[in-house]
Amino acid sequence: MRSLYISLVSEFYKSRKTLAFWAAIILPFVICSLVAFGFYSGSDKVLNMHYPPIMLWFRYLGAALGVMGVLILPFYVIFMAFSVNNIEHKNDTWKTLFAQPLNKFSIYAAKYLYAVILIFICLFLFAALTFAFGHLLQVLVPKYNFNQYDPSLILVKFYTKLFLASLGILSIQFLLSLLWGDFLKPMGIGFIGTIMGIITGNVGWKYAYLIPYSHPSLVLNSSASAKKLTNPADFPIFTQEIYTSLVYALVLFIIGYFIVTKKSIK
Amino acid sequence: MGNYAIETVGLNFNFGNQAIVKDLSLQVPKGSIYGFLGPNGAGKTTTIKILLNLLKSPADQVFIFGKEINHNRIATLKRVGALVEQPAIYGHLTGKENLINRCLLLGIKKTKADEMLALVGLTEAANKKSTKYSLGMKQRLGIALALVSDPELLLLDEPTNGLDPNGIIEVRNLMIELATKHKKTILVSSHLLAEIERTATHVGIINKGKLLFQGTINQLHLLSKPMLEIEVNNISNATAFLTQAGYEILETTDKKITVPFTSPQDSGALNTLLVQNGFTVSSLYLQKKDLENLFLDITKNN
Repeated sequence: MRSLYISLVSEFYKSRKTLAFWAAIILPFVICSLVAFGFYSGSDKVLNMHYPPIMLWFRYLGAALGVMGVLILPFYVIFMAFSVNNIEHKNDTWKTLFAQPLNKFSIYAAKYLYAVILIFICLFLFAALTFAFGHLLQVLVPKYNFNQYDPSLILVKFYTKLFLASLGILSIQFLLSLLWGDFLKPMGIGFIGTIMGIITGNVGWKYAYLIPYSHPSLVLNSSASAKKLTNPADFPIFTQEIYTSLVYALVLFIIGYFIVTKKSIK
Repeated sequence: MGNYAIETVGLNFNFGNQAIVKDLSLQVPKGSIYGFLGPNGAGKTTTIKILLNLLKSPADQVFIFGKEINHNRIATLKRVGALVEQPAIYGHLTGKENLINRCLLLGIKKTKADEMLALVGLTEAANKKSTKYSLGMKQRLGIALALVSDPELLLLDEPTNGLDPNGIIEVRNLMIELATKHKKTILVSSHLLAEIERTATHVGIINKGKLLFQGTINQLHLLSKPMLEIEVNNISNATAFLTQAGYEILETTDKKITVPFTSPQDSGALNTLLVQNGFTVSSLYLQKKDLENLFLDITKNN
């Protein structure tokens, strides 16, 4: 456990000056502020629609969630998984890392865990900022009725789902970035996968859940159907695509360990 | 076994079908500076990687401080510091941050980073990004990283690679200081004998995965006995004559005869003897193989 903790602290220390780390913080800020700005500057139009509070929240968080879940999340995961591994490829530090008096598995697990934590931070900020900016909008445009519904449960559940749904993609990309030191291969495969995921997810293909890249899209589609429920917060978290995502994550995580132990040989 | 920092017993290592290390029996005494010599591709780096357990050795062939490495990986690595190939430095971090990161991994106080920077003379460049370091500075940072944990055993793979003469002297002095003052054992690999001739107490010469020589630096010197080369007419008769007169002939070519050199007086007597017996001696000279040639001979002939 100590090995794992030490390695994790070191991962933070190493990458605190990299884009992958800062993107986890900057992305939610930029996107949430853009959406909030849209709702602020276009408040007349939105007010004309006379949404009930719950639908107003859905419109608003759907705007952030849509852009984010379908495109930005997969691409962030692709880039971040690359970056976390590339630190060692670029500097040729794998062997030094594995020559430290630390458990080999902990070193690898810490790297993976660090990537998971970054996604968590990113999505947590998305949820928190969506909530905060919603209330800020209420202050700036008092005619809005954001204050008449508490979306926190929906936000937490959606983003938890999205977080779990992203683990499958993360594991694939993590493995690809572990195998190859260059950016193009993992990026290319990830790009094709993401496009495929969006299409199969949206078309509603029966086996779309088997493709990890489609998981965020599937989660977003379920958000659309959640709107129709009498209590929109009543949707289940652990659905088929979430289980699949977790299975992918677990299996690929284990395979990755064997790859990484071979990697130090080179 | 107790006196060796490193001992390998008939170590074999293959990459697929290709044997990289063959029946290697290294014996590195505690407190020594062991020069691990060999041409490029001889298996030096592979051996060092095995000593770090980066490559898994067969059971019971590698012992560090008397302990089998595969069963005592973490305990062993705690006592070892290493610089393998190019120094492994995170380019986007400063020199100091690189050291702090290593301190984090080893669970050592961060103040140690400054100490190490001072030791290798990088204090002024501490806050400079390490991508902007010169090759020599990187190499020194690599050595500092290897020393952070205050290891008893240091494995340095070509540590003077890319250093200017000043840097080479600095590293050499640092090694001597570490071994004499701090009682560390150092295994330093190189493909240049001259480079470690002055620092090493022990030498191992490896080529094509085989250990060709192992011993103290003095034993290596003894191998290069001085010889007397005599150019004389009628070589075959002269050879027969000298053998009869009780001389040991080391080598005969079509131009010269080589005998062991004992003293200038003896050389003179030998010359007189040849001349008095009707041979024409055209030249007579003392030949001493320097270690560099010896090294080349040892690695070439095998």
